[in-house]
Amino acid sequence: MASFVKFTINGKTCLAEEGAQLVEAAKENGIYIPTLCNYPGIPPKGSCRICTVLVNGIGQTACTTKVVEGMTVQTSTPELEEFRKSVIEILFAEGNHLCPSCEKSGSCELQALAYRYRVTVPHFPYLFPKRDVEAWHPKLVKDHNRCIQCKRCIRGIRNGKGQALFAFGKRGDKVVINIDPETSRDISDALAQEAMDMCPVGAILRKEKGFDVPIGKRKFDRQPIGSDIQA
Amino acid sequence: MDKIVTAVIKKYGGDETRLMDILIDIQDELGCLSHETTAHIAKALGIPQVDVEQTISFYHFFAREPRGKFTVYLNDSVVAEFCGRAAVQAAFEAAAGCQFGAVSRDGVIGLFHTACIGMSDQEPAALINGQVFTKLTPARAQELVAGMRAGQTLEELKGKKYGDGENANPRVRALVENHIRRRGVMVFDAYQPGAALRKVVTMSSGEIIAMVKAASVRGRGGAGFPTGMKWEFARKAPGDVKYIFCNADEGEPGTFKDRVILTEHPQLVFEGMAIAGYAVGARHGILYVRNEYRYLRAYLEHVLAEMREKTLLGAIIAGKAGFHFDIKLQFGAGAYVCGEESALIESAEGKRGEPRDRPPFPVEKGYLQKPTVVNNVETLCSVVKVLLHGAEWYNRLGTEESKGTKVLSVSGDCERPGIYEVAWGFSVNDILKMAGAHATQAVQVGGPSGSCIGPAEFGRVLAYEDLATGGSLIIIGQQRDLLKDVVLNFTKFFRDESCGSCVPCRALTGMAQIVVERIIAGHGSAQDVANLQAWAAIRKRNRCGLGQTALNPIVTTIRNFRPLYDARLYKGDERFEPGFDLAAAVKDYEAAVASA
Ligand SMILES: Cc1cc2nc3c(=O)[nH]c(=O)nc-3n(C[C@H](O)[C@H](O)[C@H](O)COP(=O)(O)O)c2cc1C
Ligand code: SF4
Ligand code: SF4
Repeated sequence: MASFVKFTINGKTCLAEEGAQLVEAAKENGIYIPTLCNYPGIPPKGSCRICTVLVNGIGQTACTTKVVEGMTVQTSTPELEEFRKSVIEILFAEGNHLCPSCEKSGSCELQALAYRYRVTVPHFPYLFPKRDVEAWHPKLVKDHNRCIQCKRCIRGIRNGKGQALFAFGKRGDKVVINIDPETSRDISDALAQEAMDMCPVGAILRKEKGFDVPIGKRKFDRQPIGSDIQA
Repeated sequence: MDKIVTAVIKKYGGDETRLMDILIDIQDELGCLSHETTAHIAKALGIPQVDVEQTISFYHFFAREPRGKFTVYLNDSVVAEFCGRAAVQAAFEAAAGCQFGAVSRDGVIGLFHTACIGMSDQEPAALINGQVFTKLTPARAQELVAGMRAGQTLEELKGKKYGDGENANPRVRALVENHIRRRGVMVFDAYQPGAALRKVVTMSSGEIIAMVKAASVRGRGGAGFPTGMKWEFARKAPGDVKYIFCNADEGEPGTFKDRVILTEHPQLVFEGMAIAGYAVGARHGILYVRNEYRYLRAYLEHVLAEMREKTLLGAIIAGKAGFHFDIKLQFGAGAYVCGEESALIESAEGKRGEPRDRPPFPVEKGYLQKPTVVNNVETLCSVVKVLLHGAEWYNRLGTEESKGTKVLSVSGDCERPGIYEVAWGFSVNDILKMAGAHATQAVQVGGPSGSCIGPAEFGRVLAYEDLATGGSLIIIGQQRDLLKDVVLNFTKFFRDESCGSCVPCRALTGMAQIVVERIIAGHGSAQDVANLQAWAAIRKRNRCGLGQTALNPIVTTIRNFRPLYDARLYKGDERFEPGFDLAAAVKDYEAAVASA
């Protein structure tokens, strides 16, 4: 039988199963911790840093933190909120994000977080990187301009043989996502859709598929991100 | 190609965790790791090709295309620039007939930049096909290129004037000098290999750890973590299989002490690893050495073989039944971040050197998910001496919170760059005097990730409680342009060396570089300086030390050399946006008009 532990978030006493991921445990207790690289059901990576919280006073990513008895968590100090807003702004300035023409507009998590954090003009210099749009794959389009290198696709997408389809290439500010021509060769429409859905932004799109749901009626148009957990 | 790939993979038992070794060996044979070769490796290992590529493309020294019969990697660190690297680069380019980043048309010479190669005491220096060429001049560059074209071998290019000490060992034959300017008792005095091990086997592992704790030995790799505590965690961690890693990645620009220790006293380091193995209950040791020091390979392998022969390694060490410990070498392939202990472990597992999230710490789940101790080269040397002479002896050296000695790598604008082993507690002024530094503008303490201090702080002492340092001091003379020659170079270094995982590390460093370049160009505003300072808060939320310290060169110079920034800020009409550079903004347009 699972044992429950008691801990506090922002002073509120919470209960969760021992060893549960802090992001999920907070959610069950009605507290929203914003995430971007995290995705339910796949191993966490702690790379976007947006879910950084203070655990017993020390900064830690909530997606890689497991709850233990008696821990005190703070999720929204002014410094943390400012930090999150900065990360969102940095991501916009790092890539080339032209929201109005993107198929993911309205269901993009980056865009939705920007709304939640009231991002207007980024306070960081735009890098305007020169990036490719890759369209050689029969079922997928990879728009590197929009990729935020969250690695969800790398960690979460597997073909029928359990092999990865995506991997990082290079390092630093030059990292790119590569698609394996072999392991991605015969993917099903369902897997292609899964990859597109898993991508938080519009960097993985399905070919010959688009605008099924009109702009204005998409996921976050209906319900702002996180508002199902906490206003 | 097929045959070579198959043979190498067979040599490593088709084990994908040995991918680094596999790639290094195959590149040695084939000169590069082409698309075709990669596909073949992936197939033979039964893993996706993109997975092989993600490891290859992470490391600076893995080539996707041929990089020339002779590949020149010229160091572009700050100290190399001080010593005249630009002229050497120009001479190489003129003689070879190609620019850096390319291979000459005849395929003989490839010219490439590389980050600090651990030779700051003898710059400008380059690696040519794995061998180190030091103190280069434009004339020497010309001579080398001529020799390459004339069909000389690498040995002929080197000549016979080998360096001092073991650099002249027939298994090393390096042109490198040790430059040991001051010997201390911890690392650089005479010692009897095996003496400590023979004493250790009469003690229990608990007693050893107690002694290391009593001496309060702290890690010399930079973080200063108590070594005894680290060993105790690993000893108590459940599991039969445990590992001892020695971290010889030494990538911090300006640091070269581990190179000299490994050249002169590898036995001491290996003995320290064996002692750690005994204390922790580990049978396997791995010395992770940066690729830049691969010229020491045959020598280190030989020392290991000798130690096995003397039963200082292997089975029944020093006559103690049940004490088994052996060491293998693992080379990197050019990535500073691999010095971070969890990235080091990832790399040794054949992966990209991306630091891991903690917890779990390596002492709980490290190499191959087993409890692993990672210690710096110098830390392990200190431990050997503690076990030989006792905790009390060790505690007599140093300061209140920093016991023992520190091996310093001193470089830059001074008469005697080199290695100084001093007790903790020496002041920066003391070091400057010993090194023969005059008219010093600034000292970079602890490398780019440390801090840049001015004369007002030269009275501070090197100690964990004051100026903590992994051991490098770069002396910056008054003739240098601190922002352009130093801060910009360091910032670019961190940008290139980020693993690319964390958003604020991957992108913010390059953004800071843009702002610093703007300030240097005279288009900066006071707001730019304020922004750079504010970004420090964002930086500390990165996963590892690299991202956390990447803006230190900027932040510490703003703190200590503010007038240098203020003097360069835009002083024109304040109604306009100073950050806007009209010439740069219309550059493409002008080019288009010009070509039309
Ligand atoms: C970016 C980065 C680079 C590092 N490079 C080195 C290195 O080259 N050598 C080293 O011993 N420690 C390095 N460290 C520190 C290691 O993570 C680790 O703390 C150290 O190896 C532990 O050994 P010690 O306790 O003996 O100091 C580095 C850390 C970071 C964040
Ligand atoms: S393609 Fe999408 S899922 Fe993959 S790393 Fe980029 S943003 Fe993340
Ligand atoms: S801080 Fe930088 S180098 Fe360290 S893990 Fe994050 S991205 Fe990689």
